[in-house]
Amino acid sequence: MPERDALSTAVALIAGADPALWSIVGLSLAVSLSAVVFASLIGLPIGAALALFRFPGRGALVTLFNGMMGLPPVVVGLVVYLLLSRAGPLGDLGILFTPGAMVIAQTLLIFPIIAALARQTIEDAWHEYEEQIRSLGATPRRSIPTLLWDTRFSLATAVLAGLGRASAEVGAVMIVGGNIEGLTRVMTTSIALETSKGDLPLALGLGIVLIALIVLINALAHAMKAVAQARYG
Amino acid sequence: MNRRALLILSALAALSLAPPAAAQDKSIVLASTTSTEQSGLFKHILPPFEQKTGIKVRVLALGTGQALDTGRRGDADVVFVHDRDAELKFVADGFGVERREVMYNDFVIVGPGADPAKVKGSKDTVDALKKIAAAKAPFASRGDKSGTHAAELRFWKAADIDVAAGKGSWYRETGSGMGPTLNTAAGMNAYSLTDRGTWLSFKNRQTLVIAVEGDRKLFNQYGVMLVNPARHAHVKKELGMAFVGWITSPEGQAAIAGYKIGGEQLFFPNYKKITH
Amino acid sequence: MSAMHGHASPLPLVLSDVWFATGPARARVTILHGISLALEAGPRTVILGPNGAGKSVLLRLCHGLLRPSAGTIAWRGRRNARRPDAMVFQRPVMLRRSVRGNVEYGLKLAGIGRAERRRIAGERLEAVGLAHLAGRAARRLSGGEQQRVALARAWALDPEVLFLDEPTANLDPTATRMVEAIVLAMHKAGTKIVMTTHDLGQAHRLADEILFMHRGRIVERAPAAEFFAAPKSPEAAAFIRGELPV
Repeated sequence: MPERDALSTAVALIAGADPALWSIVGLSLAVSLSAVVFASLIGLPIGAALALFRFPGRGALVTLFNGMMGLPPVVVGLVVYLLLSRAGPLGDLGILFTPGAMVIAQTLLIFPIIAALARQTIEDAWHEYEEQIRSLGATPRRSIPTLLWDTRFSLATAVLAGLGRASAEVGAVMIVGGNIEGLTRVMTTSIALETSKGDLPLALGLGIVLIALIVLINALAHAMKAVAQARYG
Repeated sequence: MNRRALLILSALAALSLAPPAAAQDKSIVLASTTSTEQSGLFKHILPPFEQKTGIKVRVLALGTGQALDTGRRGDADVVFVHDRDAELKFVADGFGVERREVMYNDFVIVGPGADPAKVKGSKDTVDALKKIAAAKAPFASRGDKSGTHAAELRFWKAADIDVAAGKGSWYRETGSGMGPTLNTAAGMNAYSLTDRGTWLSFKNRQTLVIAVEGDRKLFNQYGVMLVNPARHAHVKKELGMAFVGWITSPEGQAAIAGYKIGGEQLFFPNYKKITH
Repeated sequence: MSAMHGHASPLPLVLSDVWFATGPARARVTILHGISLALEAGPRTVILGPNGAGKSVLLRLCHGLLRPSAGTIAWRGRRNARRPDAMVFQRPVMLRRSVRGNVEYGLKLAGIGRAERRRIAGERLEAVGLAHLAGRAARRLSGGEQQRVALARAWALDPEVLFLDEPTANLDPTATRMVEAIVLAMHKAGTKIVMTTHDLGQAHRLADEILFMHRGRIVERAPAAEFFAAPKSPEAAAFIRGELPV
C-alpha cells in the first residue's frame, strides 16, 4: 500500500540526509522565499496605495486584484514561458529554464494575493488612524510606511498566505523551470515526477516532507508573531 | 532598520538567482523525452560525458512534440527524440542540423493478466491491435503528440482501425506521459503501448504484464540533432556538437549499450556514419 | 519651557460665515449654520454644549480635517509649512510602537533629526509624567496613560494652538485631573487652548472664556465667570441647570 510505505519513506528520506533531497528542498525554499520577498516589495505598496488613494478606476483595480488571487499557476507559467523563451520578447535574457525564471513566475503569481490582502488590512487600519495621523502632519502618501508598519502582524499573515501558495504550486515552476535535475527541480515538481513514474511511496514521502516544511515555517512565523505581539500589543 | 534589511535581502536573492553570465558556464540544454529520462539512461551516460568534457548537460524531459517545439524556439541547444518523420521535418524546415541516428529501443504492448483480447505472447503488433479493437478491450493511449503516441497511431493505421470510433468507450486518451498512462492502464485493466525502458522502471504494475513484444515494427529509432545556429545565434554550437559527436562515438555508443535494468539492455546503439 | 514664538502669531484664527453639511444630495443634514468667530491668542477657550451641537465638527474644521461647505477659515499667518495647531481626540490612537516612538512620530514627519527627536520626546514625556514608560508598548497602556501620551505627542510639535475634543470623556476622575493639569501646563508655556466638553465641572475648572453652542450655532460667548454667573441666553441657562433638550 503506497500510504503505509509513504510514512516510512518520508522518515527514511529525512533521516538519511540524502544530499539530492536537501538540494531539492533548498531550491524550493530559495525560490519560494525569494518570490515572497519580491512579491511583498511590489504588493505591499500597491495594496497600500489602493487603500489610501481615490482615483478613477480604483474600484475596478480592487476587483481585479481580488480576482487575481485565484490566478491559475499553470497559466502564469505559460505566459512567463512565452515571454522568456528565445522566441519571445525577453528571450535575450536567457533565463528560461533557470531558477530565476521560477522566481519571476512565482512572484507574478503571488503578488496579487499580497496586494489584495494588504489593501483590505490597510483600508481598515486607515479608517481607525486617518484623523490622528493627518492631525500629526501625515499626507496619505507619507502614511503608507506608517500603516504598513503598524499593520505588520496582519500583513505577515498575508505574506505567509503568499508563501503557502508559492510553495504549493507546481504548474508555473514546471513550465518555466523544466524540472531539470540538479538545476530547477523542486519539491512539487519532484512529487509530480515520481508520481508519473509510478513511484507512489516516494512521491507521498516527498509530499509529507513538503507539508512538514510548510507547517514548520508557519509555526516559526506564528511564534515570532506571538513574541512581537506581546512586546508591542 | 527594516527597510535596509529588506533591501539587502532582496539584493542577495537577486544575486543568488541571477543567471550566469552568457558564455561562462559550460553547459548545454538538451531537449529530450520523458520516457528517455525516466528510463534512467541519462543518469548512466551523462556522467562519463561530463567527466570527459567538463560540459554539464541540462536535460529537459518533455513530450516529443514539446521537445521539438523547444528546439524550434531556440530554447534548447540539442534535441534528442525518437520520431524519425518529425525529426526529418525539423531538419528540412531549417530548425536542426547534423541529424544522426543514435540508438533504438523497443516498444511493448502491456495488458491485464486476464488478457481479454487473447493476444498474450503474440509477436504481431498489427494483428494484436486488431484483436484488441474487435474485443473492445480497454486501451490506454498517451494522446499527447509524443513519439510513442505517434508510433501507436501508425500501428492503428496499419491495422486499418479508426480509433476515433472507440474514443470515450474502450479507447482512452490520457493526454499525459508514459508513467501516468501506465498508472491509468493499471487502474483500468487496460492494454497500452509503452517503451520497454519505462515499463522496466514502472513500479505500479498491479495486474499488467507484457502481452506483445519482439516485433521488428516495435523498434523505436532515436535521433540527435543540433539546433540550427544559423537560426538561433546564441545556440552553443561547439558544446552541442561535442555532445552530438560523443554520443555517436565508440565511447558514447558503448555507454549506451552498457545501460541495463535488471540485467537487461534497453537501448541498442546503431550509429552509422552516413552522409545525407 | 516657553515656546519660541519670536515671530508674528498665526492667531487669530478667523471663521467667516462657515457652514457645514453632510449626507447625500437628496438628504443633506446641516450641522453648522453660518458660524463666524475669531479665536484669539491668550484665553483658554472652552466650547460648551450638549451632544449634537456641532462642537466636534467645529473643532475639526478649525484643525483642517474637514472642509467647510461654505465660508472661510483663515489663520492670520503661518510659521512654516507645518500647521501651527495640534489636536487631541476623545479616543487617542496609539501607533503600534513604543510610547517614545509615538511621541517622536510627528517630529519624524517634520524631518527632525533623531537625536533632537529623542531629546524633545524625553522632555515632553517627563512633563506628562510618563518618562518611566517611554519604552513600553503604547497600546498596552491604560486609557488615561494613552491620553497623556497623546498630549505629549501633540506638545512635542510645539503647537501655537491645541485643540482638544472631549479629551476626558472616557477617563476616570484621576486620569481626568492629570489631563487637565497637563492642559494647564501647556497653556502656561504659551499654547492657546481650544477645548470642547459637555462636562460643566470641567468647564468651570479650565475655561477662561466659554463658547456655548446649540444646534449648530454659537448661541453665547462670554468670559467664564460671567457665563456661569449670569448666562444671557435661555439655552445656556437651561444647559447649566441640566435641563436643555438636545
